[in-house]
Amino acid sequence: MVTTPSSDPTVSHWHGQYSFALRQLVMKDFRTRYRNMSLGIFWSLLNPLIMMGVLTFVFTQVFPTTRRAFPVFVLCGLIPYNFFALAWSSGTGSLLDSSGLVKKVPVPREIIPIASVLSNCLHVFIQFGLLLIFLFIYGFPVNRYWAILPVVWGFYVLFIIGMVLATSALNIYVRDTRYVVESVNTVLFWLVPIFYGGEMIKPEFVEIYSLNPIAAIVQATRNILMEGRAPAYSLLTKLCLSSMLVFAVGWTVFQRLKHRVYDYI
Amino acid sequence: MSAIEFRHVSKTFSHGAGRRFLAVQLVRQLVGRWRQAPQDPFYALRDVSFSIEKGQSLALIGHNGAGKSTLLSLATRVAEPDIGEVVVRGRAASVLDLGAGFHPELTGHENLMLNAALVGYTREGIEQLVPSIVEFSGLTGFLDDPIRTYSSGMVMRLAFAIAVHMDPDVIIIDEMISVGDEEFQRKCLQRIREFRERGKTILLASHSIHTILEFCDHALWLDHGRVHMYGPVAEVIDAYKAPR
Repeated sequence: MVTTPSSDPTVSHWHGQYSFALRQLVMKDFRTRYRNMSLGIFWSLLNPLIMMGVLTFVFTQVFPTTRRAFPVFVLCGLIPYNFFALAWSSGTGSLLDSSGLVKKVPVPREIIPIASVLSNCLHVFIQFGLLLIFLFIYGFPVNRYWAILPVVWGFYVLFIIGMVLATSALNIYVRDTRYVVESVNTVLFWLVPIFYGGEMIKPEFVEIYSLNPIAAIVQATRNILMEGRAPAYSLLTKLCLSSMLVFAVGWTVFQRLKHRVYDYI
Repeated sequence: MSAIEFRHVSKTFSHGAGRRFLAVQLVRQLVGRWRQAPQDPFYALRDVSFSIEKGQSLALIGHNGAGKSTLLSLATRVAEPDIGEVVVRGRAASVLDLGAGFHPELTGHENLMLNAALVGYTREGIEQLVPSIVEFSGLTGFLDDPIRTYSSGMVMRLAFAIAVHMDPDVIIIDEMISVGDEEFQRKCLQRIREFRERGKTILLASHSIHTILEFCDHALWLDHGRVHMYGPVAEVIDAYKAPR
C-alpha cells in the first residue's frame, strides 16, 4: 500500500509490517474493551437484542405491522446501522485518542483509523451469529445468494473506512467533527430503513436512498437472507461504486491532512 | 555517506489556532499546499543544516525550548519540516517512543507485541527476540500480568528492552534514560556503548555533559531554533559551559 506521496521519498521510514501492526491494534481494542467486564463479549449481543426487542414491541404492539418475522427484519437493519454508527464515531476520535502514538512513533498514520474500523468488524461477526440464530428460529433457509454477502459487506467496510479516514483527520483540526458525526448518526437512525422496508419509500426518494451505502446494505442483506433472492443489479453497482468513491475521497483527504497532524494534535 | 542529514530545515508551529486561521490552513492542505508556512508562525527550528556520518554520534544541546525535541521528532519522522529536507538513511529506532501504545489492561507480553508492531518490528523478527527481550528487562515471570500491576520502573524496563533490541542503524535518544535502578541504567549505558562500538549512528539530546562527553564525538548547540555552534564535542561543550 502506498503510504507516502511519491514526490517526497524521504518521509516513510517505518520498517514494520502493515498487517502485523493492524492486527495488534485490532486485538488491543478488542481485549481492552472486554477484559474487565463480567459479561465480556455478550455486550456485543446485548445492544442489538435490546433494540430488537424494543422495536419489535413498538411495531407489533403500538403501530402494528403485518410484516412477518419482524425481529429478523429489524436485526437485518440494526446490525449494519450499529456497525456504521459505532465504527464511524469511534474511528473519528481514533487519531486524537492515540495522540501519544502519533507524537512518538512514525507508524503510518492511516493504520490507526483503519484498525479502529476493523476492530468493530469483530462485533459484526458476533452479531451476525445472533442473526443466524434468529433466521434459523424463524425458519429461513440457507440459499446460494449468501455467497454475495461477504462481497457486499467488504465494500461496506471500505465505505466506512473511507468515512473514518476523512473525519478522523478532520477531527484533528476541527475538534467539533466528532459531535457532528454523533448528530448525523442520530439522524441516520431514521433515514436508514431499519424499522421500515425499502419498498415503503416513495419513488421520488428511491434514487437518494439507493446512493446511501447504509440503506443499500440493509436492503441487500434483507433481499438475500429474508427474501432468498439476489439484490437488484443496480443496487449492487451503486453500493460498490459509492463505496469506492467514498474510500477514494477519504484516502485523499487523509493523505493531504496528515502532514500537519503532529502540529495540531 | 551521511546517516542523518538536515538541509536548511525549518519547522513552524502556529501561535494561537484561531477559528478563521484553522479554516484557511485546512483548505490549504486540502488543495495540497500544506508546506506553506502558516501566518504569524513560531519558528521552532530555523534553517538548520548538519549531517552525521555513519558511525558518528551527535549530541544536541541547548536550553529548554531551544528546539531539541522538535529536531528529534523530525529525525524520527513523526513530524515533517515546513522548509528543507530531512534524510535518514537506514533503519532508525528512537528511544522517544518508549512504551508508545502501552495499555495498562494488557499483559506484559501483549504490550510487548503491540509496541513492537508499532515501532516497526516484523512479526518473525519479534518472535525470535522475545526471550532475549524478557531476559534483558528482568521481567521473567511477570509477562502474563497486566502492566497496570507493574511498577513504573518495570514498565520502563520493558519498553527500553524492546527499543534496544531493534538493531537499528540509527538510534535517536531523548534525555538520558533515567529508567529503573542503578543496575538497569548500567545495562542501558552498556547497550548504547555497544551500539557505538558496532558503528551505529547515534543522535542524543541531553543536559548531562558527562553523558555527552562519553558518548558523542560531535555536538550541535541549538539556540532559539537556530544552530548556534556545531563541531567537535569538546569545543562545543567548552563554549556552552563558558560564562556569557
